[in-house]
Amino acid sequence: MAAWERFIDTFFKWEVIAEYLPEIAKGFLITCEIAVLVVLCGLVLGLALAVLRSYRVRPINVVIVVFVDTHRALPPLVLILLFYFGLPNVGISLSGFAVLWVVLTLVLASFAEEIFWAGILSVDKGQWQAARSTGLGFTQTMFYVVLPQAVRMMIPPLTNRTIAITKNTALGSVIGVGEILNEATTAQSFSGNASPLMVGAIAYLILFLPVVYLGRWIETRFAWKKA
Amino acid sequence: MESAIVDANPILEIRGLHKSYDSLKVLKGIDFSIAEQECVFVIGPSGSGKSTLLRCCNLLEEPNAGTIIVDNIDMTAHGVDLNKMRQRIGMVFQSFNLYPHLRALGNVTLALRRVVGLSRAEAEETAFRALDTVGLRDKVNSFPNQLSGGQQQRVAIARALALKPKIMMFDEPTSALDPELVGEVLRVMQDMKEAGMTMLVVSHEMRFAQRAADRVMFMDHGVIIEQGTPDQIFGAPERQRTKDFVRQIAH
Repeated sequence: MAAWERFIDTFFKWEVIAEYLPEIAKGFLITCEIAVLVVLCGLVLGLALAVLRSYRVRPINVVIVVFVDTHRALPPLVLILLFYFGLPNVGISLSGFAVLWVVLTLVLASFAEEIFWAGILSVDKGQWQAARSTGLGFTQTMFYVVLPQAVRMMIPPLTNRTIAITKNTALGSVIGVGEILNEATTAQSFSGNASPLMVGAIAYLILFLPVVYLGRWIETRFAWKKA
Repeated sequence: MESAIVDANPILEIRGLHKSYDSLKVLKGIDFSIAEQECVFVIGPSGSGKSTLLRCCNLLEEPNAGTIIVDNIDMTAHGVDLNKMRQRIGMVFQSFNLYPHLRALGNVTLALRRVVGLSRAEAEETAFRALDTVGLRDKVNSFPNQLSGGQQQRVAIARALALKPKIMMFDEPTSALDPELVGEVLRVMQDMKEAGMTMLVVSHEMRFAQRAADRVMFMDHGVIIEQGTPDQIFGAPERQRTKDFVRQIAH
């Protein structure tokens, strides 16, 4: 066999691809599902934590900071294994899907909270002064004046971090979640051929390249032109 | 130095105001009052506490001691609804502080809708009239970054005016403006003065002070050194510190 034919046979063997494509497509859907759930829940939770932190209630802030720092410091895989194998011992039995969802949400929320917090802090103090001087309360100022500016400023680091964390759905393969990597490696070991892995890689590209471009579109659409 | 206008019913009354930031004493005992329709200018070197004084008046800064009474209501008393009270004091800042994500109309309607509780139509009508008063009816849909500095400051004035305050406070309103834009803002302030608004202005615009001010107060190192009519303060100051300062800014 020529080198070229060997390459195709290893990574693009049509018979193997055709046989395992349905499984990998199912994995694609699972990955999509988890990614969407993680992004929505993670960003909302992160924003809520940052807003809560702005009220400067000391005990609450200590809890938030400890929570956030822990989830940013630990590798997501460690958290996943802890939750999946550890929680049943205290009576909480979650499916692999649920563990993946919860862990990635908590990790994204922790990074997002820090990003939103930086955004809130960097809004000019004059905005607070002007709003409060017209009689707006603290919460009103936060929601109508500060957050619209803070969020807009923080879109680049947010999209960046979101993409990085949602790719961790691949870790679900370690705890048996039927996402892309799991299906691909299973197919690879059954078929003895690397083509399913190539299909898996292409599936990730199909899923995440649009996300990357969407992120860039959001950044430019909401780009900030200061007065 | 007694005020020329009898303070029968002062709009603003400050008694024994002290303010420190950690160990730095910024205001060391301020007493004065402003009568209705009076226009008072505060001048003084930087660091004298002029801006802090203004920010204490609507409790943006919390005084360490003293009483602040606005339109017969003690702002420093317990249980005062500060948010409600702050509507009665209009504040204009050196750096405008317009909300960049809202258009001019939106900047003015925000408090009208969320604090006063007007409906969208009522708020927009009131805002439109306020923006018209400052000469910006054709800029209602512009964003702040599409406006010149003078226009932005006028929107800021409209934003405060729309709430129908009892007193308007200006913290160096023209200091951040290019010279050719200063005039349009001063014109608006002159119109307000003539319409009978009570005003407290921190500014270096001496010529404007001479035209519009009923009284000028000179502050230095956290105390009021001297106060009087513009002619008295700029023409014949009594204290040495006042003389030095007036001479410095005379050119």
